Amino acid sequence: MTTKVSKGSLFPYVIWIALFVIAPILLVGYFSLLDLNGNFTLANYVNFFKPAYLTMTLTSFWYAFLITLFTLIVAYPTAYFLTKTKHKHLWLMFIIIPSWINLLLKTYAFIGIFGLYGPINAIAEVFGIEPTQILFTDFSFIFVAVYIFIPFMIIPIFNALDKLNPTLVYAARDLGASRFTTFRRVVFPLTIEGVKSGIQVTFIPALSLFMITRLIAGNQVITLGTAIEQQFLVAQNWGMGSTIAVFLIIFMVIIMLLTGQKRKRGRV
Amino acid sequence: MNKLTSGAKVYLAIVFLILYAPIFYLIFYSFNSGGTMNNFESFTWEHYQAVFEDSRLLVILINTVIIALLSGLIATIIGTLGAIGIVSIRNKKMRNTLLSFNNVLIVSPDVVIGASFLILFTMIGVKLGFTSVLVSHIAFSIPIVVLMVLPKLLEMNTNLIDAAQDLGASKRDVLTRVILPYIKPGIFAGFFMAITYSLDDFAVTFFVTGNGFSTLSVEIYSMARAGITLTVNAISGIVFIATVLIVIGYYFVTNRSKVGNTGVQE
Repeated sequence: MTTKVSKGSLFPYVIWIALFVIAPILLVGYFSLLDLNGNFTLANYVNFFKPAYLTMTLTSFWYAFLITLFTLIVAYPTAYFLTKTKHKHLWLMFIIIPSWINLLLKTYAFIGIFGLYGPINAIAEVFGIEPTQILFTDFSFIFVAVYIFIPFMIIPIFNALDKLNPTLVYAARDLGASRFTTFRRVVFPLTIEGVKSGIQVTFIPALSLFMITRLIAGNQVITLGTAIEQQFLVAQNWGMGSTIAVFLIIFMVIIMLLTGQKRKRGRV
Repeated sequence: MNKLTSGAKVYLAIVFLILYAPIFYLIFYSFNSGGTMNNFESFTWEHYQAVFEDSRLLVILINTVIIALLSGLIATIIGTLGAIGIVSIRNKKMRNTLLSFNNVLIVSPDVVIGASFLILFTMIGVKLGFTSVLVSHIAFSIPIVVLMVLPKLLEMNTNLIDAAQDLGASKRDVLTRVILPYIKPGIFAGFFMAITYSLDDFAVTFFVTGNGFSTLSVEIYSMARAGITLTVNAISGIVFIATVLIVIGYYFVTNRSKVGNTGVQE
């Protein structure tokens, strides 16, 4: 049948997998075992478990957790209400459009908005609050990150809600469940897969943010991503950078297993 | 029952407001003769003029577009062929292995992709610059093309292929006249996604770009680190208009092909 035609078509694809999927992972693993002079060592791994790096890892997780939580809190009701609008796919489109504007530009906007003389401080002044520097704080960092991730969280939740059979909701209501009970026992459990993929596309990137931390948080917040960038491009210590990358990959796999298992089984 | 309460409407309005406010804020001040983002003095086009007079910036813009189109095109070709290949594999284990490899770059944090590609290019001896950026963009766009094309291939009725072969079509004919027209919407979607990935990428490019070469994202980053320049605002005005045009164009292209597609099926 088509097999012969198609086997040849796999060739460039398999080369791509070998060169850009397998080789980079192996190289990162290899470099994590090298010191600055290129000798084999486990020192990078020992370093990672020293307090400085452990604290950084924990704060990075804490920020990623907060960012994911707030994104979810904003995104779920938005997706829910969107599915109830008349032209829901058109409205979803309007949610997606901002996500296509260059990330850097959106971040840059907040440098002005949160600035000392920016509109937020101007509004605060009307209410008699002294202008303060909002930039370079934890708040500004989390706010901007949440802003960036909201559309990516809304899309999978919207899709899950959209697929939900409305008769199930009617049935629950007919059987006497209150609005809240219907939501808690019917709607939410049935859309949990959408929430899980939303968490996946938010939490992992949130762990590795480095551009927003540099532009918005000054150098107050150091995430795993910032640390990798620092080691690779500033300190030129590729060994240590690779070691952090190895741990980031491990965390990623764990998060994937926690959030993706059921869906994958369903797909196969 | 399905009606939105006014509370819900207000909530949605606020979300939309927050999503769009920063973008319009940027564009609004791109017309400010004042030079800052908080004190609107008078209307001016000077910042747009500055963009079009700055030949370095124009080169960067052109580079960004070339990289996006070229990487999108090559990634679409490799990805589409790859997807056709994956579907033809009978061995389920083998197929799933390939699919998991496919997803690695999609879920990997871009810092890790950037750092590992940097090591890769340095080891092979590729000079950092146009080539390394182009190759990286192709590399991280391929899996998304595969994911866009795959569902179309899976929903395709294999009888179509058998029928074509029974009627005497060669393998090449089957590919170009049966399979490719059928999966065209998927290919378009893949190409489009690849382009947006490329245009939006900052982190990977930041790692693999050398000193001499820059894309828009990297350039904006270095400009923003230096502080506020309304040239960046003017760029965002241009980018916004371009994005909206692309979205509208894409919407029409996909809708037309959708109509064409159902027409064939019915």
